[in-house]
Amino acid sequence: MKSTVIPIGPQHPVLPEPVHLKLTVVDEVITDVVPSLGFVHRGLEMLVDSRDYHQVVQIVERVCGICSMMHAMCYCQGIEEMMGIEAPPRAKYLRVIWSELHRMHSHLLWLGLFADSFGFESLFMQFWRIREKVLDIHEATTGNRVIVSVNKIGGVGKDLDDDQIEWILSELKNIKREVRRLGPTLLDDYTVKKRTVGRGVLTSQQAIDLGTVGPTLRASGVARDMRQLGYAALGELDFEPVIEEAGDSWARCKVRFKEVLASIDMIRQAAGKIPAGDIAVRVKGAPPEGEAISRVEQPRGEVFYYIKSKGQKKLERLRIRTPTFANLPALLSILPGLYLSDVPVVVLSIDPCISCTER
Amino acid sequence: MKWFAQMYSRFAARSRIKSPWLLHFDCGSCNGCDIELLACLTPVYDVERFGIINVGNPMHADILIVTGTVNPRNAKVLQNLYDQMPEPRIVVAVGSCGLSGGIFRDAYNVLGGVDRVIPVDVYVPGCPAKPEAIIDGVVRALEKKKARVPTESGGAKA
Repeated sequence: MKSTVIPIGPQHPVLPEPVHLKLTVVDEVITDVVPSLGFVHRGLEMLVDSRDYHQVVQIVERVCGICSMMHAMCYCQGIEEMMGIEAPPRAKYLRVIWSELHRMHSHLLWLGLFADSFGFESLFMQFWRIREKVLDIHEATTGNRVIVSVNKIGGVGKDLDDDQIEWILSELKNIKREVRRLGPTLLDDYTVKKRTVGRGVLTSQQAIDLGTVGPTLRASGVARDMRQLGYAALGELDFEPVIEEAGDSWARCKVRFKEVLASIDMIRQAAGKIPAGDIAVRVKGAPPEGEAISRVEQPRGEVFYYIKSKGQKKLERLRIRTPTFANLPALLSILPGLYLSDVPVVVLSIDPCISCTER
Repeated sequence: MKWFAQMYSRFAARSRIKSPWLLHFDCGSCNGCDIELLACLTPVYDVERFGIINVGNPMHADILIVTGTVNPRNAKVLQNLYDQMPEPRIVVAVGSCGLSGGIFRDAYNVLGGVDRVIPVDVYVPGCPAKPEAIIDGVVRALEKKKARVPTESGGAKA
């Protein structure tokens, strides 16, 4: 049969971000996918040439607006390791609380967009309604809804008092109840299962070979999560990676759904154990000559920072590898063989963040 | 037939300033403004009750909302989208990056704000701009649009 080339993007109703996919289809079945990127490339890594290493914190926060807190945390931890300073224990716990809040808002956002990708608009609205409560916590504790800007080198810039922690915990109780109520609609619904179960299957061996990270990897039954490294205060908290065996779109959805609940649990633990004390140490001088790497688990998977210093205030090189970059090869290998109507669901199932990937 | 033409133009003028349809283009943004724009459409802010709908086709859109900086690659896409929109069209630039390039203005692949490529009518500041600010920007855009809608005599008002 004759093959047809269908271009999707960069401006397309199902794509939240500009990416161009050239799909070759025979009848309704996809045979080949060629992506083209570069629509949102800004060239952030080069900006370290002209900025002080403290100012770079604000730049890396804007690599991606959805997981900005984790990018800044990863960069700060790398610089702290390089300079041989350690953030105070309270700052480490605060970092855990804010980063898990960030994971919750990112996953709720994704669950909504995923529901929208198969046309379940009311579920999309419900998840985004719950997500607004997480953003209210962000706004009340840091002053901004999305880019919270709490990290600085040597600690955090904002503190939480006891009343605020109590309020956060009571809000989380409501959020947990509401998320649980939506669970059966998303995970047990006949129609949703028809669109997601068995679509875009990635076996555990494939997932490892293609170097996938994050929920995409854990949905294929591999228990690998950067939070197991115990960065910030995570080493002192009980943590178990969420895994699923099936490796299809439905499993990826379930992993993210369970991670929202796991994040609530971790914030509870952190709030119970948080010690009193300073929230930051004074940082003087420039990072010494040398290099450092830093890894943090983002909502989408492992983010990797390579930092090279020449002993001056301005860094020599900053290299960021983001989780979507690692997951794209897996996406390109699962798309062939699927129907054209499955493309939005499967593309969204890896939670692509194009702005992260292209920087 | 003259009465029909008059009635039709009055009806069209009225409909053009109510329930605007938006086209959103992410032009190199960090997603911060994009998710705030989407948040406007969801239950807490819920602009759909005013008949504001996010559409995917530029030919259906009244207002173009652009977030983020312009780079040589997406400038062509942006220009193309703008050219496809029917008159009277309004452009709203959202966020510091869309206004001037923001924190990325020194980066090598950034041309600057949206107004380097297409004329911008309303600027919404903020990094990221809050949903309230974006809604306010759209309301101001509607006022501008009202002034541009042709009246019964045929010419544009003021």
